[in-house]
Amino acid sequence: MAALTDLSLADARDGLKARKFSATELTRAHVEAMAAARPLNAFITETPERALAMAAESDKRIAAGTARPLEGLPIAIKDLFCTKGVRTTAASHILEPFVPTYESAVTQKLFDDGAVMLGKVNLDEFAMGSSNETSYFGPVENPWRRIGENRSRVPGGSSGGSAAAVSGRFALAATGTDTGGSIRQPAAFCGIVGIKPTYGRCSRWGIVAFASSLDQAGPMTRTVKDAAIMLRSMSGFDPKDSTSVDMAVPDYEKALTGNIKGLKVGIPEEYRVDGMPKEIEAIWSKGAEWLKAAGATIKPVKLPLTKYALPTYYIVAPAECSSNLARYDGVRFGLREKGDDLTGMYEGTRGAGFGREVRRRILIGTYVLSAGYYDAYYLKAQRVRALIARDFANAFKDVDVLLAPTAPSAAFARGEKTADPIAMYLNDVFTVPASLAGLPGISVPAGLSGEGLPLGLQLIGRAYDEETVLRTAGVLEQAAQFNARPATWWKQN
Amino acid sequence: MTSPTPALLKGETGEWELIIGLEVHAQVSSQSKLFSGASTEFGAEPNTQVSLVDTAFPGMLPVINDYCVQQAVRTGLGLNARINLRSVFDRKNYFYPDLPPGYQISQYKQPIVGEGIVTVDLPDGSVREVGIERLHLEQDAGKSLHDQHPKLTYVDLNRAGVALMEIVSKPDLRSAEEAGAYVKKLRTILRYLGTCDGNMEQGSLRCDVNVSVRKPGAPLGTRCEIKNVNSVRFLQQAVEFESRRQIDALEAGRAIKQETRLYDANTGETRSMRSKEEAHDYRYFPDPDLLPLELSQDYVESIRGSLPELPDAKRARFEKDLAISHYHARVLVAEKESADYFEAFVAAVEKRTTKSGRDIGQDCANVVVTELFGALNKDAKPIEASPITPDALAGLQALKMDGTISGPTAKKVFEEMYATGKQAAAIVEEKGLRQVSDTGALEAMVDKVIADNPKQVEQYRGGKETVLTFFVGQIMKASRGTANPAVINELLKKKLAR
Amino acid sequence: MALDKATVTKIARLARLRVAETEKDGLAGELSNILSFIEQLDEVDTKGVEPMTSVVAVPLRRRTDEVTDGGKPEDILANAPEATAGFFTIPKVIE
Ligand SMILES: [Mg+2]
Ligand SMILES: [Zn+2]
Repeated sequence: MAALTDLSLADARDGLKARKFSATELTRAHVEAMAAARPLNAFITETPERALAMAAESDKRIAAGTARPLEGLPIAIKDLFCTKGVRTTAASHILEPFVPTYESAVTQKLFDDGAVMLGKVNLDEFAMGSSNETSYFGPVENPWRRIGENRSRVPGGSSGGSAAAVSGRFALAATGTDTGGSIRQPAAFCGIVGIKPTYGRCSRWGIVAFASSLDQAGPMTRTVKDAAIMLRSMSGFDPKDSTSVDMAVPDYEKALTGNIKGLKVGIPEEYRVDGMPKEIEAIWSKGAEWLKAAGATIKPVKLPLTKYALPTYYIVAPAECSSNLARYDGVRFGLREKGDDLTGMYEGTRGAGFGREVRRRILIGTYVLSAGYYDAYYLKAQRVRALIARDFANAFKDVDVLLAPTAPSAAFARGEKTADPIAMYLNDVFTVPASLAGLPGISVPAGLSGEGLPLGLQLIGRAYDEETVLRTAGVLEQAAQFNARPATWWKQN
Repeated sequence: MTSPTPALLKGETGEWELIIGLEVHAQVSSQSKLFSGASTEFGAEPNTQVSLVDTAFPGMLPVINDYCVQQAVRTGLGLNARINLRSVFDRKNYFYPDLPPGYQISQYKQPIVGEGIVTVDLPDGSVREVGIERLHLEQDAGKSLHDQHPKLTYVDLNRAGVALMEIVSKPDLRSAEEAGAYVKKLRTILRYLGTCDGNMEQGSLRCDVNVSVRKPGAPLGTRCEIKNVNSVRFLQQAVEFESRRQIDALEAGRAIKQETRLYDANTGETRSMRSKEEAHDYRYFPDPDLLPLELSQDYVESIRGSLPELPDAKRARFEKDLAISHYHARVLVAEKESADYFEAFVAAVEKRTTKSGRDIGQDCANVVVTELFGALNKDAKPIEASPITPDALAGLQALKMDGTISGPTAKKVFEEMYATGKQAAAIVEEKGLRQVSDTGALEAMVDKVIADNPKQVEQYRGGKETVLTFFVGQIMKASRGTANPAVINELLKKKLAR
Repeated sequence: MALDKATVTKIARLARLRVAETEKDGLAGELSNILSFIEQLDEVDTKGVEPMTSVVAVPLRRRTDEVTDGGKPEDILANAPEATAGFFTIPKVIE
């Protein structure tokens, strides 16, 4: 039998059901793998005792025949989800001591469905970043490296710890959050599947907010089927979130029919950006061919405002974050730095508590909202955002789903882009437009670069149509036969 | 009857005009907060009526209270104002320890209620129409206590997130008195509507006052905002002090600095607030955790259909249907409870006497305003605590009207009822206060008083007719007030004329 | 638009962020670069376009007025850096 950590979430579920192994065995295997993978720095907080206690409870339930949909399946939780009694840091110094007295809506749903929590995984500080290099707790390493190279590669971000844990096989799956690409881009960099559902599908209640109008939780897994299984548990109406959509959650697993005959797939021409690596172009074309071979029609579509999505995003997201992060003031929770007076305490706490990138975004956000600039920046961005959403709506009159690369490159080396914020921001060029429009998007591993690094393809769907996105992703996955896995260089022998 | 010329203030360099605008914060009479399920009850232990949302813990989200939306619409309708079917909640960003998220959720660009009008009754009997600029919903802040510790400020978040209606007037007010009358009238309307309890002591109703002065006809002067004034008396004192301060400064050649000031009730003065000195840049933007608030016309109409009769309409009806004076009508409608009491009283009298409201209205108003309010005021009791029910008071009124007791006796019986809560008829029987109108019995009394006072008889017959009241008084005393004064008068005149 | 050091000081103050004097020039440069990047939006004609307030095309839900929360001061104060007698405490504020 294959190692328990090599199983997909679906196979582990079925194995538990067939009593091939126990939840405790499955969890212990992952706890050990998690410990062995410490060189990757994927976890901020490991909770092995809690995991084993949850697994024991799962074993009881399995024995009693009352197993729930995710019974006994060990997963990692991005440290942006508040977890009751377990420290939640958002990878920031300012929340370093914070232990929530409440459980986020999404993690509650997962635990109610029987999932086992291995611990809290690393991310870019407050989810701001595309390489997981802004974490106060240090960068996460991508399990993947270039062939014949020892240099660290970034896992992408902000859900870098989640992607590394799933890719490195020390979690069956992980939760992520995506504001401008933070699920899809790290999934692509680490060779796994990540889906950002439609804005409003997953409750934001209890997730540390970055940019409220964009933040959305989603699963990160090794297969499309796993993503479907996990998304179903994570989704659903929550009266505590005013932006949550009151709509039935489909059985996503059932949507994976493998049949896309007659499906119309759009190729957004504007995504063919200058300087895009040849191999990304190639894999994109290959993706289109695979879908065509499966019976889909391929059509070029126009999304004329694509190039303005990033500048729009870099107004809207910092503006919202500058306000969302005002609550970290040292009064009620988190870090407090002493000051001579109240202002001294505020400035000291926030100056010391936030890292460089977070400070940069707070300052930009403060600036674009300030008197005299609001109309020129924020209001302008919200108008362009409306036009971007209209572009998508027009495109979806002609096609059912869009196919594009997930990121403009494979995983880059650590430190390669930290000096230039804009070069870093360009990583999200293909993921940000769908985020602005609130649309579902998935990244599926489609192949390896010449240097042996994973490349992802992205599918974007209509609002609330995760089923088509997942079904098409399943077909891509089937065709791509992505079976490569990273060498486990971190394991000491 | 609009007051024509604004009151002017005298300074050394001539007359000054006072310009006042008010922002009234009225707490919505809801059970729970605007965006969280924590209680709004007053006076609880610190931080016990606080949810995770009010504390702005990471990941907490607001969900709006429908009752608060209804009350804002209801109030807007009561202020004759336009209801905006689409309004937007914005974030007003600033740092303060009693504002946990670092922003207040408020309505900035698109409030739920637009322009309206309040008719204000001035003490001289005239009225003035004051424009309402807008009404919007927003959250209250928590409480910072600065006097508990030498080096620390204590923060209690019980109030944080309580729903407020901010009612902004146009700068239409011209004197401290008008400002006071405006707040009183607004409070009356809110209490009629039931949307705010109007309790200024507990902070359910607070005013921010904008004051500026100018030479008549000149452009508007620089204004100062006096924050959080919590009584009508303080409001008037604050306006008086502040306008005088501004006039003195301007006349001494100093400019007025636009600033936020605090009224100190101990000294009666206003002073600059250090903590608010910094120029603010609130960086308003629509709250992305909320969606625009959209109301249907049906929703608004169903609220309109449930509005009670408001004080102005009630006063007009009292004057028209019950033929009572403008003054009495105004006094009676100032509190809804008083007006309700009065109407129950009139109805009960009508029932007992089969007289029409028009015939008895003014008499009834006199009794309530003079006797009952007088007694209650002395004891500082609200009308709800009256020991005499409207029906019991009607019992007394009926006895007076059918001649069973005299007017003076009625006053006595009233006092007894007020003190003991007994019914009027019982008191009259118990004490033998029934009025004597029987001519035979009274004639004997008249004869006796004439016989006993020959000197006064002489005076009367000599032309000093005022002596008649002396005789009446003597007889009333002898009869312990039960003699019918009309009959006595008649008899005395007849007998003395001989 | 280029953003100068004085503006960095001003917005840092608004945002209650202590920024070391030595950092300000560097920050002014970085922020200016970001600004010129986002100012590409000036090229887009947005005349008559309503700004997007939300991507969710549903009306705002309203909850009923019930007391469903509160009464747990221990939870509220559990993470407080400093608290006394049920209150959060902070350095004294002078009004
Ligand atoms: Mg105000
Ligand atoms: Zn206000």
